[in-house]
Amino acid sequence: MNWCVTMPNPLLNIHNLTFEVDQHPILDRLDLAIESKEIHALLGANGSGKTTLAYVLMGCESYTPGAGTVLFDGTDLLPMKMHERARLGLTLAWQEPARFEGVTVREYLTLGKSDCDPEPALRQVGLAPDRYLNRRMDKALSGGERHRIELASVLSMKPKLAILDEPAAGIDMLSINHIIDIIRALKADGGSVLLITHQEEVALIADRASQLCAGRIIFSGSPRETVDHFRGRTCVRCDGEVCNYVRP
Amino acid sequence: MVGAEPSILDDTRIAHVVAHGHHILSHRTVPGLRVDLEETPDAIIGKLIVEAGAQITQPIHMCFGLAHPTGVQQIKIDVQILEGAQARVLSHCLFPFAQAAEHRMQAVMEIGPGASLTYTEGHYHGPHGGMQVLPHATIKIGKGARYFSDFSLLSGSVGNLDIDYLVEVEEAGIAELSAKIFAHKTDHITLKEAVMLRGERSRGLIKTRVVLEDQAQAEITGITEAYAKGARGHVDCMEIVQGQAHASAIPIVRVFHPEAKVTHEAAIGSVDKKELETLMARGLSPEQAVELIVSGILR
Repeated sequence: MNWCVTMPNPLLNIHNLTFEVDQHPILDRLDLAIESKEIHALLGANGSGKTTLAYVLMGCESYTPGAGTVLFDGTDLLPMKMHERARLGLTLAWQEPARFEGVTVREYLTLGKSDCDPEPALRQVGLAPDRYLNRRMDKALSGGERHRIELASVLSMKPKLAILDEPAAGIDMLSINHIIDIIRALKADGGSVLLITHQEEVALIADRASQLCAGRIIFSGSPRETVDHFRGRTCVRCDGEVCNYVRP
Repeated sequence: MVGAEPSILDDTRIAHVVAHGHHILSHRTVPGLRVDLEETPDAIIGKLIVEAGAQITQPIHMCFGLAHPTGVQQIKIDVQILEGAQARVLSHCLFPFAQAAEHRMQAVMEIGPGASLTYTEGHYHGPHGGMQVLPHATIKIGKGARYFSDFSLLSGSVGNLDIDYLVEVEEAGIAELSAKIFAHKTDHITLKEAVMLRGERSRGLIKTRVVLEDQAQAEITGITEAYAKGARGHVDCMEIVQGQAHASAIPIVRVFHPEAKVTHEAAIGSVDKKELETLMARGLSPEQAVELIVSGILR
């Protein structure tokens, strides 16, 4: 069953997307559509293909799909290089943000653009600009700080679509609401969010949600319906914790 | 000048030496500092002594170089930082037109007990290549003394660079050696830094950052030996290789006492893929991303 809700001119329209590793499908004829100004949560067990989907959409090296189409704001995305996709308005916040020896937070948030003010984005993620802008993006920053700075860099971009891979990972429980505010801020700025998450309270803020299993969307609906479907482990492909479906 | 304003030469609070080839063009000392200089046809021979207890607050500027495409400059210098003294030396080495020129430095440095010396050496070479740079130094760090050195060659063509530093560290002494080099075309780097941790609780750090492109080559040897209780050392070498460049890193760590510890890390390769993709996912082209990453590494 094609769980993709048909909508006119979605911002992101994925059709029949297939990506294999060693002839094993990681994404298997996947269909998904995301509207403009939509927060779309993507749930799935470990190994279901969530992060792979993020990397394929962003155009990471070694993640070229074997089949399918991806239209982003009406443009065929797949022939484009990574930085070209970013310049169209697509970006990705990594689950494990990179460290950059010697590069300051200011440089990372502005990326050489003289007209870019990094302070508002830094404040939005709860970090004081005077304490963080001149710090280096290296081992001195904690995991939580790097996550926040990663989100600040996405906010600074004002993307049309931000793919957030486990944005609340490494964030303490008290700060989850802060992360939720940041996700909503991306939408308020006119963007959409593809929200990859295991955390129910984060998924529930979405406008719509989908469940990914064995590389295919097996359920789409409201966040509550999708969370219940995911939690209910009614999927015949996995045990809900690990996606271990083996195609006959 | 690399890292210096010409106005410092007029500032009576700041000590300096300016030499072109084997000619001393200008020099000044300040209270607490003795500088003896001798010009010879083959070298400048110098002695720099910071008197016991003296705190030289302004950096001592030493400006060397050649304004011609060819020539030789040899500097033989003894540096003594006597007990309890503190000084910073900024050495600017400029060879903007060098095509077949040579700069040799042989230094013997002694940092007395409780004294501190920070030695920063910055090179600027023109684009032509053909420069031979051979800084060789032995440094003895006394009890509780500190020595920090920072060598950078980031602008212009490296040519052929052969660095050889040997540092001996006594009880509770600290040695930190840092080198940052950006090599292009057919530049060739041989860098050997050795820190001998002789005394108890002595500490040493060798940190090297080298970026190579085109057909440049580098061989980096970082040696740390620990001989006493509580001695701690670390060798950290990173080489970024692009184009057809070649790099090798040889970290050598030896421990001769059960309560000493020396560690090392070495990384050679292209720019980290994750760092590159993170920046490209923000819209930077691959070239812009590499430039930002390299500038951070060489900072």
